[in-house]
Amino acid sequence: MFDTIKKLVNAFGPSGCEKQVAEVITQMIKDKVDEIYTDAMGNLIAVKKGSGKKIMLAAHMDEIGLIVSYIDEKGFLRFGTVGGVSPLIALGQRVVFENGTTGVVWYEENLENMKDAKPDKMYIDIAAKSRDEAMKMVNVGDMAVFAGEPVEQNGRVISKALDDRVGCAILAELAMKRPETDNEIYYVFTTQEEVGLRGARTAAFGIMPDLALAIDVTRTGDTPSCTHRPVVLGEGPAVKVKDSSVIAHPRIRDRLVDCAKENGIPYQLEVLERGGTDAGSIHITAGGIPTGAVSIPSRFIHCPAEMIDLNDAENTVRLLEAFVKAR
Amino acid sequence: MTEQGVYKDPTSGEYPEYLIDMLKELTMADGVSGDEKPVRDFIIDQIRDRVDSWHVDNMGNLIAFKKGTGLNRKVMLAAHMDEVGLLITGINENGLLKFKAVGGIETRALVGKRVRIGKERVPGVIGCKPIHLQDAAERKSPVKKSGLTIDIGAKDREQAEQSVAVGDTAAFAYDPVEFGEHKFMAKALDDRVGCVLLMELFKNRYPFDLYGCFTVQEEIGLKGAKAASFAVSPDTAIVLEGTTCYDLTGTSEHMMSTRLGDGPALTVMDRSVISDRGLYKFITQTAEEQGIPWQVKRTISGGTDAGRIQVSGTGVRVCTIAVPCRYIHTPVSVMDKRDFFHALKLAEATLAGLNNWLRETYQNQSGGESNV
Repeated sequence: MFDTIKKLVNAFGPSGCEKQVAEVITQMIKDKVDEIYTDAMGNLIAVKKGSGKKIMLAAHMDEIGLIVSYIDEKGFLRFGTVGGVSPLIALGQRVVFENGTTGVVWYEENLENMKDAKPDKMYIDIAAKSRDEAMKMVNVGDMAVFAGEPVEQNGRVISKALDDRVGCAILAELAMKRPETDNEIYYVFTTQEEVGLRGARTAAFGIMPDLALAIDVTRTGDTPSCTHRPVVLGEGPAVKVKDSSVIAHPRIRDRLVDCAKENGIPYQLEVLERGGTDAGSIHITAGGIPTGAVSIPSRFIHCPAEMIDLNDAENTVRLLEAFVKAR
Repeated sequence: MTEQGVYKDPTSGEYPEYLIDMLKELTMADGVSGDEKPVRDFIIDQIRDRVDSWHVDNMGNLIAFKKGTGLNRKVMLAAHMDEVGLLITGINENGLLKFKAVGGIETRALVGKRVRIGKERVPGVIGCKPIHLQDAAERKSPVKKSGLTIDIGAKDREQAEQSVAVGDTAAFAYDPVEFGEHKFMAKALDDRVGCVLLMELFKNRYPFDLYGCFTVQEEIGLKGAKAASFAVSPDTAIVLEGTTCYDLTGTSEHMMSTRLGDGPALTVMDRSVISDRGLYKFITQTAEEQGIPWQVKRTISGGTDAGRIQVSGTGVRVCTIAVPCRYIHTPVSVMDKRDFFHALKLAEATLAGLNNWLRETYQNQSGGESNV
C-alpha cells in the first residue's frame, strides 16, 4: 500500500493539471480492468464489466496548489491559490512546478500584521535574476504544488497530497484485486475536486451509475486541543453520515456499516461540519444518484505534510471490496 | 476568413466602424438580468439572415445555429445579454422608488447617477442628501444602499405608479462616447462586447456545427448558460466576455487583472473555472502565429458562463476570450477599441484553425483519449 501511495503522491497534479496522476494510475491498473478512458474534463474512468448494478467509486486526483498570475521585472512570481491553501501554511514552503522548477514562498516583509499575509502580499522566488530568466522557467498560468518526499513511520504516512491520492491508491489497489462480483464497477479518478467538485459531476453524468461512493480524506478530532470531531486516526475507515456537501443516502450508509460488521472491519461514523467531497456533486446529478462516502481519517489536511494511518487505508480497501460484492 | 480583408491594423487606429456603431446601439438597449428582451430582439434582427435557425428557450436564452460543412463536432460560443442594474422594490409615499441591485454593483457607484426604468424607459436619478446638509459623521461614512432612492419626478406614490411598477428593472442611462486615444465609453460593455463579437462570427460558415448562445442571467449566477449548454451539449465552448481591468495608479502590477490596450485577455483560472489547458494553449499559439497581442488575466477573481458550461453533461472543453473594461459594473465602463478588434481577430483565427484542433483532440467518440 505504501508503495502505491508513494507513486501517487509523487505525481504532479494540481486542479486542472491531473494528467501525470492519470498516467501513473493507468499504468498500475490498465491490465486489470476491461476498459479505461478519460473524458473531456480529464477524469480517468476504468471499468470492470458486469451484468449487475453499476457502482461508481470516485477518488479525486487533483491536489491543492498555487497558480502564477504575474512575473515581475526582478523575476519574482506573484500567485493565486488553487483550492484551499492557507497563506500562512504556504509561507516558507518549497513548491515545485511540473517541469521541476523549485521555488520558495515568502511574503512582503514590511507587513505590520501577519494576518495581512494574503496571497497578494506574497510571492514565489524561483532563484531567477530577472523576468527574462524567470520566463524561461515558468509562464503565467503555470501551477505549482508543495514539495516533499513521503515518509512511512510507525505504520503511518506523512506526505503532501494524501488528499486524495490515498483515495486513488485505495481504488487502484481494489481494481488490481479484481473483486469477484456481477456488479459493474466504475473506478473513477476525478479532476478539479478542490476547486468545486467539478470533475465528478460530468463523470457521474456520463456513467449514470445506480449508486456511488466517494473515497476521500476526512479531518480527525484526536490532536491536542483541536476542534471536536468524532473521527480518530487509525480506528478504521469513516462511513460518512454528512458533510456540508452531502447527506449520505441512509441505505448506502447502512450497507457500509453492515459490510464492516459482517467482515470484522473496524469503522467509525463521520459527521463533518465543514468541507465537502465529490459525493456532493454526484448525488444531485441527473435524476439523483444514491451516494455515500468512505473517508480515510487524516491529520493536517491541505498542509505540505498530511498524515494517514496505513491500517485505515488497508481496511478501506477491505470495506469497499465487501461493499461492491454485496447484492 | 471572408471578412478579414476589410480590417486594417487596429494598432494604427483603423477600425471597421460599423462594428462600433453596432456596439453603440447594443449598449443603448437595456437588458438587466431577467429582463433581456430588448437586447435579444435587437440581436435577432441582426443575425436572422446569417444563421440557419434560431430559437429562444424557456429561460430566454437566444440560441442560434449554423450547420457545419463537414466535421461532426459541436462548438458553442457564448456571450451574455444581461447587464447589472437595479430592481424596483417599492414606492414611497413621496413618490421616490426603493430598489435593490441586480448583480454586483457597488453602492458608492450609484449616488447621483441617471437611470431609466421599465419598458417605457422612464427617466430617473438616484438621489442623495446634498453635501451642505450632511454633518461631519455623514460625510465620513460610506453611503448605505438602503438609504438611496430613485427620483422619477413624481409628486407622490399615486403619480409614480402611473409610470412605473414594483418589479420593473432600471438600467443606467448613459450614451456611448468615443474619446481619447482609441477609447470607448458606454454602459453594459460587460457583455455587449461579447454579443457583438458573437454576431460578427456568424458571418462565416465553419467545418463544425456552430451554436451561438446569447445567454441570460449571467450577472446573478451564470444561470442562463447552465440551461443553454445542457440543451446544446457541445464538445467545445468559447466564452466571449468583457472582463475587469484595473491598470491605474495605486495598483501594483500584479494586482492589475488586465491592462487596457494590451489585447484580449485569456483566462487560465477564475472563481468559476479552470480553462481547458489544450484549448488555452491552442488559442495562445494562434495569437502568437497571427501576431495578435494578448494577455493573461492576472487575478483569479470573478466568474463567467464558462464555469457552468464546462460541467454540463459529460463535460465541455472551455476557454474565455475577454475584452478588458475599466470601471466594469458601474454606469460607464471604458474599453480600448484596439482590444475589441484584436479580440475579434483572435476569435476568428481561433475558429479558422479549430477544425484541426478538434480532430487532434477528439480522437474517438468518448471525447477524450482512450488508453485501451
